[in-house]
Amino acid sequence: MIGYLFLLIILAGAAGFFINRRAARARMAAGERLHSMAAFHGAYAVCLSALPALVFTLLFLLFEGPIVDAILTASLPADAVADMDPGQLSLVEAEIKSIARGNVFGEPEPWKRDAAAYYAALRHNATLALWVAVIAILGVGLALARRRVSARFRARHRVERVIGWIMLACSGTAVLITAGIIASLLYESIRFFEKVPIGEFLFGLNWEPQIPIREGQIAGSGAFGWVPVFVGTLVITSVALFVAIPIGILSAIYLNEFAAPRLRAVAKPLLEILAGVPTVVYGFFAILVVAPAIRTAGATLGIDVAPNTALAAGSVMGVMLIPFISSFTDDALSAVPQTLREGSLALGATRGETMRKVLFPAAIPGIVGGILLAVSRAIGETMIVVMAAGLIATLTINPLDSVTTVTVQIVTLLIGDTAFDNPKTLAAFALGLMLFIVTLGLNLVALGVVRKYRELYD
Amino acid sequence: MTMLQPDEAETETEAPTAELKMTARDVDVFYGTNHAIKSISVDIPDKTVTAFIGPSGCGKTTFLRCLNRMNDTIRNCRVTGEIRLDGEDIYGRDIDPVQLRARVGMVFQKPNPFPKSIYDNVAYGPRIHGLAGTRAELDEIVERALTRAALWQEVRDRLDAPGTGLSGGQQQRLCIARAIATAPEVLLMDEPCSALDLIATAQIEELIDELRESYSVVIVTHSMQQAARVSQKTAFFHLGVLVEYGETSRMFTNPSDQRTQDYITGRFG
Repeated sequence: MIGYLFLLIILAGAAGFFINRRAARARMAAGERLHSMAAFHGAYAVCLSALPALVFTLLFLLFEGPIVDAILTASLPADAVADMDPGQLSLVEAEIKSIARGNVFGEPEPWKRDAAAYYAALRHNATLALWVAVIAILGVGLALARRRVSARFRARHRVERVIGWIMLACSGTAVLITAGIIASLLYESIRFFEKVPIGEFLFGLNWEPQIPIREGQIAGSGAFGWVPVFVGTLVITSVALFVAIPIGILSAIYLNEFAAPRLRAVAKPLLEILAGVPTVVYGFFAILVVAPAIRTAGATLGIDVAPNTALAAGSVMGVMLIPFISSFTDDALSAVPQTLREGSLALGATRGETMRKVLFPAAIPGIVGGILLAVSRAIGETMIVVMAAGLIATLTINPLDSVTTVTVQIVTLLIGDTAFDNPKTLAAFALGLMLFIVTLGLNLVALGVVRKYRELYD
Repeated sequence: MTMLQPDEAETETEAPTAELKMTARDVDVFYGTNHAIKSISVDIPDKTVTAFIGPSGCGKTTFLRCLNRMNDTIRNCRVTGEIRLDGEDIYGRDIDPVQLRARVGMVFQKPNPFPKSIYDNVAYGPRIHGLAGTRAELDEIVERALTRAALWQEVRDRLDAPGTGLSGGQQQRLCIARAIATAPEVLLMDEPCSALDLIATAQIEELIDELRESYSVVIVTHSMQQAARVSQKTAFFHLGVLVEYGETSRMFTNPSDQRTQDYITGRFG
C-alpha cells in the first residue's frame, strides 16, 4: 500500500517536472527571455510537489504508530487494565494488534476483540488520511508551480535554496548519527561506572570480567581494570607498526623514485591489493601460517612461545597496514615539487642523497599523518586479533606472550548470554568509549599534521 | 641552412679569443619521436657570459639542460652528438653525471630553495661533496657564497630562518649562492629573472656580471634587453636550430641572418 504511495509521489514529481519544463520552453519559443532555464522551472515543480509530499509521508509514518497506540490505550476498558503494570499492558496491546491482523490464538476476551476491531479501523482511517493528504499536497503543489512559470519568476534561486537545504540535511545526518553513537556509548558507560568505580576501571591492573550473570552461576568474582587490556592493544599495535612502517615507507620510496616505470605500474596495484584483503582472511593467515611458524622458530631457538602470540597477530596486522603507509608516503613524496628534486640533482647530489636530504624531509609531515591514521586503524582492528590473539589479559610487554586487546574483549563480552544491567556487559561500552577517545585523539593529531603539511607548499 | 659555424662568426669580429670552456658539436635531442634540437654546435668560452635567446619553445632550455646532463632525468629524452667540458666528453662512458653536475652548476627559472634553513640551503652542496673539513670551513664557504650572491648583508642575522621565507628575489639569489657554494666551473642559468620584479632582476644581472670574473656563465633569457646587458656572446635559437651565434654587440647591431633581425626588432617571438 505504502509502496504505491511512493510510486504516486515519484510519478507526480516527474509529471510536474515535464509539464513545467514544457511550459517554460513554450514561453522561450514565444520569444520571452526567462530568468531561469526551463529545467529549473521543472525542478521547481518537483520541489513544490513531490518533495513536501515525501517529507509529509515520512513524518506521518514516523508518528502514526505512537499516536494510534496512544488512542488505543486510552480506549481500553478501564476496569480491565486498571491493575496492569506497563509491561503487561504492552503485552496486551501486542495481543490486540495480532488479533487485528487476524492471528487469533485461543479464545480472547470480548473486550480484546472489540479493541482489535477499533484498532483495525483506526489504522484504516490513518492510511486513508495519509492518501488524501498526499494527493492534496501533490495537487496543490503542481498547480501552484505551474501557475508560477513566467519570465520573471526566479525558479533557479528557489531550487538552489532547496538543494542547499537538502545538502544541509545530509551533513546534519552524519553529525547527528555521530552524536547519537557517542551519546549511547556515554550513557551505557555511565551506567557501568555506577557499578564499577571509574578509578578502578582506569587504573586497575586486573581484568577478569567473567562474573555470573544470573543467580547460582559459577564464575569469577570479577575485576575491571582496563590497563592490561590496553597494554595488550599497545603491544600488538607496536608490533604491527614495527612491521608496517619500514616496509611501507621503503617500498613507497623505491616505487616513487627508483623503480622503472614498468615495474611501478605492476607493483603499485599489487601492493594495493593488500588493502583489499578482508581482515578475516588475514586472521586465517595469522592462525594457520604465522603463529605456527613463530612457534617452530621459537622451539628451534629454545624459546618458550605462547600459542597465541602478540607477535603473530601484530605482524599480520602490520602486513594489513603496509598499503596504508606506503600510499600515504607515495602521495607525500609525489607532492614534493619537481623543482626541488631538480635543484638537488643540479648541485651534483645523487638520487639517494636527494631522497634522504630533500624529498624525504619534505614529505615527513605527510608520512606522519599516514602513520597516525594507521595507528588508529591498528588500535580499532578487531577481526585479526579476535582470531589470532589471546583471551586472557596478562599485563606484559613481551610480544612472544599471549595478550588480549580492547576490541577482543568487547567482542567476548557481548557474545553469548548477555544481560544489559550487568557490569560484565556494560564494561564493553566503557571499553568502547575509551577506544573511541584514543582513536579520536589520534585522528585529530593526524588531521592537524596533514593540514600543516598542506600549508607548506601552498 | 644558413647556420653559421661558431668559428666563422668568431672571425667576423676582433673579439679577444677567450679560452674555450665547453664545446658542443652536432648535438641532437629527441623527446620520444619529437626532434627538439637539431644539430647544434656552440663554443662556450671561459669567464664569459653567453646568452641563449629565442622565442618560446625554440629549444634554448633543452640545450642548456644538455650541458649538465639534466635531461638524463627525463625518461624518454635522448641526446646525440658531442659535448666537451675542458676537452672531456661529458656523455662519455667514464663520466658520472653526478660529478659533472658538481662542476656545471644550474640555477632554475623559478627559485627553488629547499625547505631548510638559509644556512643549510647554501651548505647543501659543500656537505654532499665534502668540500669543508670543519664547521668553521663550512661557515666560511657559506658566508663567501652568500656574499658573492649579494645576499649576506640581508640574511647574516637569520641564517637559521627557512629559505622559503625569503622574498622571490632573495630566494633566487639564495639559489645562486647555493649553486656557487659547490664551486662549479660553469654556471647555467635558465631564465633566472623571469619570476622576479625589476629591482630583483637588476640585482641578479649585476651579480651575473660579477660572476663572470670566475665562471663561465650560460644564461637562457626571453628578454633581449637582458641578453644585451649581461652577455658578451649571444646565440639565437629558432625552432630547434641555432640560427646565429656571435658577439653580443655585433648581434644586436648588425645581425647576419634575416630571422635574427626579425626577432631582435620584435617582428616575431
